[in-house]
Amino acid sequence: MSLVKSSGIISRSISVLVTLFGISIFIFIVLRVIPGDTITGSLGIETGVLTPEQIDDLKRYYGIDKPLILQYFSWITSFLSGDLGFAYSTGVSVLKLTASALPVTIELALFGTISGVFMGIAVGMFSAKKPGSVRDFSGQLFGLLALAVPGFVLSTTIVTVMANRFGYFPNGYEYMTPWEDLGMNLQQMLFPGIVLGIAVAAPVMRTTRSALLETVDKDFIRTAHGKGLKAKTVRYRHILRNSLIPIVTMTGIQFGYLLGGAVIVEKIFALPGMGRQILDAINRREYATVQSSIMIFAILFVTINLVTDLVYRRVDPRIK
Amino acid sequence: MKSSSTSEKSWVHYYFKSTSGIVGAFLVLIMMTISLCAAFGWMPHDPLIQNPMDSLHKPSSVYWFGTDQFGRDIFSRAMDGMRRSMTVSIVSVSIAGIAGVSLGIIGGFFGSWLDSLVVRLSDVIFAFPAILLALAIVNSLGNSWIDTAIAIAIVYTPIFIRVARGPVLIIKELDYVKSVRVLGFSSVRILRSHVLPNVLAPILVQIALSMSWAILTESGLSFLGLGTQPPDSSLGLMVSEAQPMAAFAWWTLAAPSLFITLVVVGLNLVGDGLRDSLDPSRRQS
Amino acid sequence: MRSSLIEIRNLCIQTANESRELVKNISFSIYPGEAVGVVGESGSGKTLTALSILGLLPRGVLAQSGEVTYGGKNLLNASEESRRSIRGREISMIYQDPMTALNPVMKLGKQLLEVFEAHELPKENAQERALNALIEVGIPEPERAMQSYPHEFSGGMRQRVMIAMALVLSPKLLIADEPTTALDVTIQRQILALISEQRKKTHMSILWITHDLGVVANLVDRVIVMYAGQIVEEGSVNEIFTNPQHRYTAGLLKSLPKATIKNRERLSAIPGVPPKPWLVENSCAFSSRCSYVTEECLTKTPALIRNKFTSAACFHPVGGNS
Repeated sequence: MSLVKSSGIISRSISVLVTLFGISIFIFIVLRVIPGDTITGSLGIETGVLTPEQIDDLKRYYGIDKPLILQYFSWITSFLSGDLGFAYSTGVSVLKLTASALPVTIELALFGTISGVFMGIAVGMFSAKKPGSVRDFSGQLFGLLALAVPGFVLSTTIVTVMANRFGYFPNGYEYMTPWEDLGMNLQQMLFPGIVLGIAVAAPVMRTTRSALLETVDKDFIRTAHGKGLKAKTVRYRHILRNSLIPIVTMTGIQFGYLLGGAVIVEKIFALPGMGRQILDAINRREYATVQSSIMIFAILFVTINLVTDLVYRRVDPRIK
Repeated sequence: MKSSSTSEKSWVHYYFKSTSGIVGAFLVLIMMTISLCAAFGWMPHDPLIQNPMDSLHKPSSVYWFGTDQFGRDIFSRAMDGMRRSMTVSIVSVSIAGIAGVSLGIIGGFFGSWLDSLVVRLSDVIFAFPAILLALAIVNSLGNSWIDTAIAIAIVYTPIFIRVARGPVLIIKELDYVKSVRVLGFSSVRILRSHVLPNVLAPILVQIALSMSWAILTESGLSFLGLGTQPPDSSLGLMVSEAQPMAAFAWWTLAAPSLFITLVVVGLNLVGDGLRDSLDPSRRQS
Repeated sequence: MRSSLIEIRNLCIQTANESRELVKNISFSIYPGEAVGVVGESGSGKTLTALSILGLLPRGVLAQSGEVTYGGKNLLNASEESRRSIRGREISMIYQDPMTALNPVMKLGKQLLEVFEAHELPKENAQERALNALIEVGIPEPERAMQSYPHEFSGGMRQRVMIAMALVLSPKLLIADEPTTALDVTIQRQILALISEQRKKTHMSILWITHDLGVVANLVDRVIVMYAGQIVEEGSVNEIFTNPQHRYTAGLLKSLPKATIKNRERLSAIPGVPPKPWLVENSCAFSSRCSYVTEECLTKTPALIRNKFTSAACFHPVGGNS
């Protein structure tokens, strides 16, 4: 059986690598096929002052005089050897920037996913208990609003209410990592985490509700009751446990999306994560940073999908 | 599985039996009407004209949703913003829909390397969270609404590929389709009379859902400063501009938020209503 | 007159929404140590009757009126807690499809031990009792079975586990709802034999639910025949087989394949299908398929009348009106 397992993983890994390769090409194309380039981006209006020779020199310096294919390969090879490029304005290596920004985004995404899953399962269970009732309706209404109210609206509302009315805004202070000041860090993660959590809660709630309703009519639930188990035991150990599979899958997908969707929330709540890094780099036209950062994101996303797939296989013993 | 002569006339009948479908259709209709009015210029006030004397007025009978810091009527600006969002949404979903469904059907039906290519392409795009990718593309292309629409279209094409490809893969294996292919029926004819009717239902549902995501993405982008530029109005931009003032001028935040929420809720409900009425197993008589 | 273990009186089961009658005014008793077979086609209401004893009716179906008396209490309006404590312990049930009746993601051992947990029995000897129960039902390597999942076993084995689960606490009544229908013919006999054997050891009562009259012949003491939600005949197994009174029962017996069938003799079946119980009023439910039907059958509902062979609800029983 382990032989089967390993060949399955190998073929999937190869597939993943091919996809990643395709992703890198895609990113490259998207970012390089642009009107303005690095030079106009970093120098702005002053570009007009340069002589053609100076422009050529700069092009050679930035490496954008070579044909696109060579540019791609030089990027990819340095990326794979750990050199993610440099942010032109500050001269700091992208690798270093990423090393400090990535943990922030991951912590945020974890906060969001965990809070969202809890909220989603809770509301889903609440709704499913009596389908078609008022409580079901209110649960589904919650799910709908959680989906429809945009994250930036929710965030802005929270900032307005909390900061301006109540004067409580931990995100107004300098960001603290968990090692520096755990208390402050948790407070700074609180609001953005909840905003992201609400976005996650909506699909999780739907998945939970429909999985629960489907499971509840199954024969083995009748057997469980027939054994004399308490209703609560049946509900958690049999109904919920069997509904977990689609919930786990959905959670994995959401976590991946949160990584990218954190862009807006990081900006509003001033968290120095990858999202903000990319946003700033885009505004400053620092393509090296944008390129490598997005590549990192894509790698993470694909990895998470892989992990979700493996976890899913653990949760459902029927899959070999 | 059905062929082209189906009783799909009756799905409309079922649609109107679902409360969510009715409410959703109603909301979407209102928002579309608002967008159309804005397109024709029928707004209570000009969204661009500034009246510094009237800045930051509460909602009144003159200014239904109050004014912003420049004295512009918020309701009119929101209407105009809705028009922009609606336009981008319709255009982007049309592009994504046509491209995605075509690719999905072609890949699914003809199989082999064509299919692998299509799947690989959609995997690549799927590897990115929507906002991030849209961000990158808009950044490259520009800030006009067409660029935004193209960016969103690219991001949402894979989902249409998936929605269309699934049923095609199943239908392809049906005995009667296989036999008809062997008999030499042209692929186009098979696609038209057998594949299309079965793919139509999930596509319609997906259109409604994608339109709601498109509006969320578009407003997210304009919130971040990409897309519509001031002094033009866009719902996301209005929320962004409202940030410093929302504490004492709640209406600057409320109007655009309400509009976005209502249209997204409406589109989702329409999607639900469509899903329930088009899938015979879910119909409630 | 010995006292019954469980007595069902005037039980009526309906759908919750449209109040359609599914089971109409059923009454019968089960005595200690007795095996009773309830025979009927699908839709006759036999399974619903069984489920109502334990309060396991599905969503949308309720026991509208009547009594199910056990241990001096009416189970239909007893507290949920008292019903729960009876399930699995004093009254157990095994079901038709062992594939779907077991939790697919829980180990078999855990599912078995849950019975002990549900009734707050000590964990220490639960493990031992569980293993013994598995051995009793003929499962080789019980320790390995405890660690396995349902999908790793065949249908016959799964059914054995279910039987173990139902009998481990030595219930007074076992309800067996077509436990062999989903199994291979050869396995069927093994399972039936297993259950009968267990019954001999413990003297428990069994309520057999089946659509196959042939199956009950060697299993039960009494037979109850149900049709369209009503009892149409009741009697000892001998009398039912040798002197069936109701035309439906007679038809069922005729349609059983016999070893003595002559060459080219066709199997007879009763033409038509049973009516929906809620659509039958003021007439005999079987009238549409009966060859002895008269006007009386179409205008009055026959009552269950005892004659010298069995009790039958028929205006024109086989033995003639007594």
